[in-house]
Amino acid sequence: MGTAEQTAEVVDLSETSIRELNQRLHDAADGGPQAWRITHPGGLHAIAAGINAPLEIDIDGHVGYYCVGMNKEANVRIHGSAGVGLAENIMSGTVIVDGDASQSAAATGRGGLVVVRGNAAARCGISMKGVNIVVEGNVGHLSAFMAQKGALVVCGDAGEALGDSIYETHLYVRGSVAELGADCIEKDFKEFHTAELTGLLAEAGVDADPADFKRYGSARQLYNFNIDNADAY
Amino acid sequence: MTNEPTHSAGMRESALFDRNVIHEIQRKAREGIYDIRGFGAKRKVPHFDDLLLLGASVSRYPLEGYRERCNTAVTLGTRYAKNPIELDIPITIAGMSFGALSAQAKEALGRGATVVGTSTTTGDGGMTEEERGHSEKLVYQLLPSRYGMNPDDLRRADAIEVVIGQGAKPGGGGMLLGQKISDRVAGMRDLPKGIDQRSSCRHPDWTGPDDLEIKIGELREITDWRIPIYVKIAASRPYFDVALAVKAGADVVVLDGMEGGTAATQDVFIEHVGIPILSAIPEAVDSLKDLGMHREVQLVVSGGIRTGADVAKALALGADAVSIGVAAMIALGDNAPEYQEEYEKLGSGAGFYDDWHEGRDPAGISTQDEELGKRFNAELGGRRLANYLRAMVLETQTLARACGKSDVRNLEPEDLVALTIEAAAMARVPLAGTKWIPGLDGKTE
Repeated sequence: MGTAEQTAEVVDLSETSIRELNQRLHDAADGGPQAWRITHPGGLHAIAAGINAPLEIDIDGHVGYYCVGMNKEANVRIHGSAGVGLAENIMSGTVIVDGDASQSAAATGRGGLVVVRGNAAARCGISMKGVNIVVEGNVGHLSAFMAQKGALVVCGDAGEALGDSIYETHLYVRGSVAELGADCIEKDFKEFHTAELTGLLAEAGVDADPADFKRYGSARQLYNFNIDNADAY
Repeated sequence: MTNEPTHSAGMRESALFDRNVIHEIQRKAREGIYDIRGFGAKRKVPHFDDLLLLGASVSRYPLEGYRERCNTAVTLGTRYAKNPIELDIPITIAGMSFGALSAQAKEALGRGATVVGTSTTTGDGGMTEEERGHSEKLVYQLLPSRYGMNPDDLRRADAIEVVIGQGAKPGGGGMLLGQKISDRVAGMRDLPKGIDQRSSCRHPDWTGPDDLEIKIGELREITDWRIPIYVKIAASRPYFDVALAVKAGADVVVLDGMEGGTAATQDVFIEHVGIPILSAIPEAVDSLKDLGMHREVQLVVSGGIRTGADVAKALALGADAVSIGVAAMIALGDNAPEYQEEYEKLGSGAGFYDDWHEGRDPAGISTQDEELGKRFNAELGGRRLANYLRAMVLETQTLARACGKSDVRNLEPEDLVALTIEAAAMARVPLAGTKWIPGLDGKTE
C-alpha cells in the first residue's frame, strides 16, 4: 500500500512534466522500476493516471484532479489531499489519501480500494460500480448517487441525499446522515454485512467497531418504472 | 390497422386536436405515463430538403463525372492526436449502444463501415468484442453513466468521444428498460438483470468547461496522446457550446441536431427540445471561424442525414463529415416490409415502428432477445449498410462535381440557396432567386 523504500525511483514534478511521468509509469508495465516516489506534485492534474501494473507509488504532497484515474493494480499513497475525481473509474489496486478528497472521489470505480483518512466532499462514490471506499471522516451531499456495486464506509457523518437512486451498493455510516436520497433506506445487518464491514475497516487500517455503524441500501422501489412512484423521479 | 375510424366528407378534423393528438390524450389518461419511444423527431422541421445546390454553368465549371476525380477522404483529429482517424468517406456511424442494439447489429455496423473505410461508434454500455473485432476504426464513447468504461478499451479505441448531449434529448439522460437487460448487458453495466438502467444527464466527475478541459487532459494521459478526442454536443446553443468544446481541447466536435435518433426517450423530449441541424451548422461554423479553428478542429454533424444530397448540403455549410444512426439501422433492415405482419401485431407497421426500447424488434436489431437476434444476419446487414453508404457517397460526389468541386469538402455556402424563408434564415443562404438572407439586415455572408 504505497512504500517509502529508499530504492524507489524518484520523479520530481517541479522538473518533470506530467506527460513524461505518466509515460514512464505506463512503460513500467513492460518492466523497469516497480517502486516510485513522486515529489512536488503541486496540485497538478492527472498524476499517475492510467497505470496498468502492480507498482508501489508514494506521492509527497497535494494532487489535483483525477489523480490515479482508472488505476489498475497499482498501490498508491498520497501524502496530502486530493482534488476532484480521485481514482475515478479505478479498476483495481489501492489508493490511500492521508488528507481530504474533493468531490467525486472514486467516481464510477469498478474495483479496488480507496481510503480517505480525512473527509471526502460531495458525490463521493457517485455511480460506483464495484470499488470499495472507506472514508475516516465525513462525506458530502449526493454521495453514492446511483451507486451500483461495492461498498462505501463512512466513519463520520454523511451529507444530504445519501445513496439517492442507489442500486446494489452497501452503505455503512457510523455518524449521522443528514438525509437519505430517493429509494435509499436503513437496512438490517446480516452476517455477511458485518463480515464485509469488519474486513474493509481492517483492510483500510481503521480502528472502529462495526457495531457502531448503521447500514443503508436500496429499497428497490425504483428498479422498474412505476407511475405511482412519479414523485421520486 | 384495426378500429380505424371512417373519415368522410363533412367530418372535419381539428388541426390542433388531430387523431394522433386525441389518441395520445386517451392513452395518457389510460396509462398515466408519457410516451417513450425510439427513432428521431417525426414532426416536420426546416431541413436539408429546404435547400438546393446551384450547380455549375458559365460562371463555374463542372467536373466530368466519369473522368475527373472527386475526393471523399477526410482526416479527423489532426489537432493534438498522434494518430488521427483517416476516413475514406465523409459519413460515419453514430454511437449506438450494445443493449439498445443486438450484438449482431453492432457487428453488422462494423462490417459495413469497415468495407467502405469509415468508423463506427460504441454507445452507452461499453465496447463489445463483436464491434471491436469488426470495426477497423472504432470510436469509444465516454458517457455520464460510464457503463462498461475501462482503460483497456480506451487504449484499444481509435478515438474517444466525450458525450455531452444527444440531439434527440439535449439536457437529458438515458433509460434502457428492464426488458432489454439480458445477463450479458447487465454484466457489462454492473447491474442486476431485468431492472431499468437509468443513465444520468451529467457526468459524475466534472461539471463545467474548465473541468472538461482537465478531464480531456486525463483521457489524453491515459491513452498517451495517441488518439483523437471528440466532444459530442446536442444542438441547442451551438455557437457557445462549440467554442467551449474547442477551448476544452476537443480535436473534433460532433454536433447532433434535434432530428437525431435515440433508442429510448420521451416523445416530448424528441419533438420539443433542441434545434434543427440546418440551423445549428452555421452557428457552429461561425464559432470555429471566430476562433480561427475551422478545419483545424473538425466538425461532424448528424441528425436526419438520409441521402447524398443531405451530405453534400451539410458539407457545403461547413461540416467536415456527417454521422448517421437511424438511416444506418434502416439500411440494416429495421422497419423492413417483410416483417409487416409482425409489426402489426405490435400495434405498428413497417415504416412506422419506433418502439425500439421494448426489445421486441421483429427485425432482430433493437433487441436483446436471443431468438429475435438470430433472425438478423450480420454479414448480410453489413453488406446492406456498405451498399447504402456507397450509394450515398456516389450521390454526394455527383452533386459536388456538378458544382465544380474536386473534393466534397470544397462545397461551400455559395453553392446553396433556400426554398423557404425559414431555411434561408437558418442556413444563412439566399432565398432562391434572390440575394436575400433573412436576419442579416441586407448583408450577405
